[in-house]
Amino acid sequence: MIANQVAGLLAGGVPPVIPGDYESIQTVTVGSGGASYIEFSSIANTYKHLQIRAIGRSSESGSNNSGTSIQFNSDTSTNYSWHVMYGNGSSTGSVGFANTNIIGIGEGTGAGAGANTFGAFVIDILDYANTNKYKTVRTLNGWENNGTGTLLFVSGAWRNTNAVSSIKITTGGSGFVQYSKFALYGIK
Amino acid sequence: MATVTYEAIATQTLGSDTASITFSSIASTWTDIRLIAAVIPQGSDPTFALRFNGDTGSNYSYTDIRGSGSSASSTRNSNLTYLYLEGVTNPTGTPSLYDVNLFGYAGSTYKTILSRKNNENYVTALAGLWRSTSAINEIQFSADRFNAAGRLGAGSVFTLYGIKAE
Repeated sequence: MIANQVAGLLAGGVPPVIPGDYESIQTVTVGSGGASYIEFSSIANTYKHLQIRAIGRSSESGSNNSGTSIQFNSDTSTNYSWHVMYGNGSSTGSVGFANTNIIGIGEGTGAGAGANTFGAFVIDILDYANTNKYKTVRTLNGWENNGTGTLLFVSGAWRNTNAVSSIKITTGGSGFVQYSKFALYGIK
Repeated sequence: MATVTYEAIATQTLGSDTASITFSSIASTWTDIRLIAAVIPQGSDPTFALRFNGDTGSNYSYTDIRGSGSSASSTRNSNLTYLYLEGVTNPTGTPSLYDVNLFGYAGSTYKTILSRKNNENYVTALAGLWRSTSAINEIQFSADRFNAAGRLGAGSVFTLYGIKAE
C-alpha cells in the first residue's frame, strides 16, 4: 500500500510502523510548578530504537528561544559531539561541536516568546541498546512565533557502548514550564 | 490487550483531480497527529496549504528551510490565512511527499507543526504555528493556497495517524 511505503520511507528507512511495534514507554507532562529537567529512567533494552516526541518551553527570560540538551546514563563527561543545520527565516547555517558534555537537541521557546507557543521535537536514538556501538541521535526541531522562528536538524553521538538506560533533558532558565510534554516511545 | 500507540485514523485516495481534501470529526483521543501524504501536483499553481477547523483568520505562520541541490535558503511568513507547506513550486505529475506532525493537537496551547517535504526538485522542512488554543478536529489540505487554480492529482494518497502517549 502506498501509504505504508510512504510511512516507512519517511520514518527514515525503517519498515512500515505496525501497531504494537511502536509503544509508549514513559511520558512527562510538566505541571504548574515547572520542572528543572525531564528524566526518563529504567529504560528496558527490549526495543530496537527510541523516539521522543515533545513540546517544550522554558522559563528563560528575555529570549524567544531556549537551547535544549540531552545526556545519557548520567554521563556528564565530554563524551558527546553534535552538529546542527538551521534556518531562521532569513539565513541558513551549520555548526559543529566536539568533546562536549551534552548533545544540543534544538530549541524550545523561551519566556520572551508569545504566550502559548512551544517548540517541538522529534528525537530519535537509534540502536540504543546495542553494546557494540556508540549511540547516534538525530533531531527534527523547530519553533515558530509569528515573526520569529527557527527550524533545526541535529545529528549527535554519545561515545559510549553501554545501552541507554536513562535520559536527561535540560533547557535554559529554571527549566521547563507548564504544559511542556515529553513522551518516550520504543520501536521494535 | 495492549493499548494501540500508533494508529491509522483515516486514509483518502483520490480517484480524480480535486481542489482539496478534508479530514473531519477528528477525535481528541491521541497526543500527536501525523499526516503523511504522497501528492501528485496538478494545475497551474501546484502548491499546498493546510487549514485547521475551518479557520480562515490570519492565525498561521511558518519558518522554513529548503535545499534545491545548488543552494540552501530559509524564509518566513506571518499572519497568514493558511499554513503554507511550500514556498517553492512542485513539478506537476511527479509525487511530492509530505510528513506533517501536529504536536499536542488536542491540548490547550497554540499548535506547533513540524513538516517535511521531498520531491525531485527540493528538500524542505518547516516549523509552523496555528495560534489557537482549540483542539484540532478538522484538517483541510488544499492545492493553490485555497484558490482555484491548483489540484491534488488523481492517485494522491493522504493518511492520518494518531500517536498516543500513556
